[in-house]
Amino acid sequence: MKIHIPLHLLDQIQSHGENAFPNEGAGLMLGQEENGKRTVESLLFLENAREEENQHNRYLITAEDMLLGEKEAARLSSSILGIFHSHPDHPNHPSEYDREFAIPWYSYLITSVNNAEAVGSRCWRLEDDRESFSEEIIQVISN
Amino acid sequence: MPILKIPTPLRPYAENQSALTLPGEIVEEVLEGAVETYPMLKKHLFNDEGKLRPYVNLFLGEENVNQLEGLKTPLSDGDTLLIIPSIAGG
Repeated sequence: MKIHIPLHLLDQIQSHGENAFPNEGAGLMLGQEENGKRTVESLLFLENAREEENQHNRYLITAEDMLLGEKEAARLSSSILGIFHSHPDHPNHPSEYDREFAIPWYSYLITSVNNAEAVGSRCWRLEDDRESFSEEIIQVISN
Repeated sequence: MPILKIPTPLRPYAENQSALTLPGEIVEEVLEGAVETYPMLKKHLFNDEGKLRPYVNLFLGEENVNQLEGLKTPLSDGDTLLIIPSIAGG
């Protein structure tokens, strides 16, 4: 599995995580999937809707924001391919909480942000049995 | 009959259909019809106790059914019910 992301969009995702530090930042990746090939074309930066005191290790994108995302995707003739979020001072590996609330099919791109500096992103997809994630290779497209 | 719109992540469990036309006079009946017809949908919509998973939200037009009568919200012929996931993690 691979997800193709233009370099400038990956930079924006990582900057968003840095700006959200010490809290988690999140948003949506919109784009195309054709014959299993995923390509991110645009991003939607969203508010972390979790209560302030829990934003350092939790994020929430409300159904109302997802509805906005679906409308934006329809306007762009694209789809919501997945979600990006940051892990402040933690590895870019899905947590147990991530697994519990994850939805199959979506790409979950996680950026590790250490001391307000993004140090790397990895992408994951939940298996159908909901028991584990598989890594989806990030293929960066040069600008 | 009401129409149930299926979000992209759940379409593989409903034979890749984006919308299902199902009988039902309330939201709950339409969901029951969906999982009876497509049993693979069930574990992604409901938890082991048979309750809707916390990330599953249902919209009747622009309105979250939680602001209406929840699963008992009445539906009319041709109403469109959308499944919209909310996204959480840590």
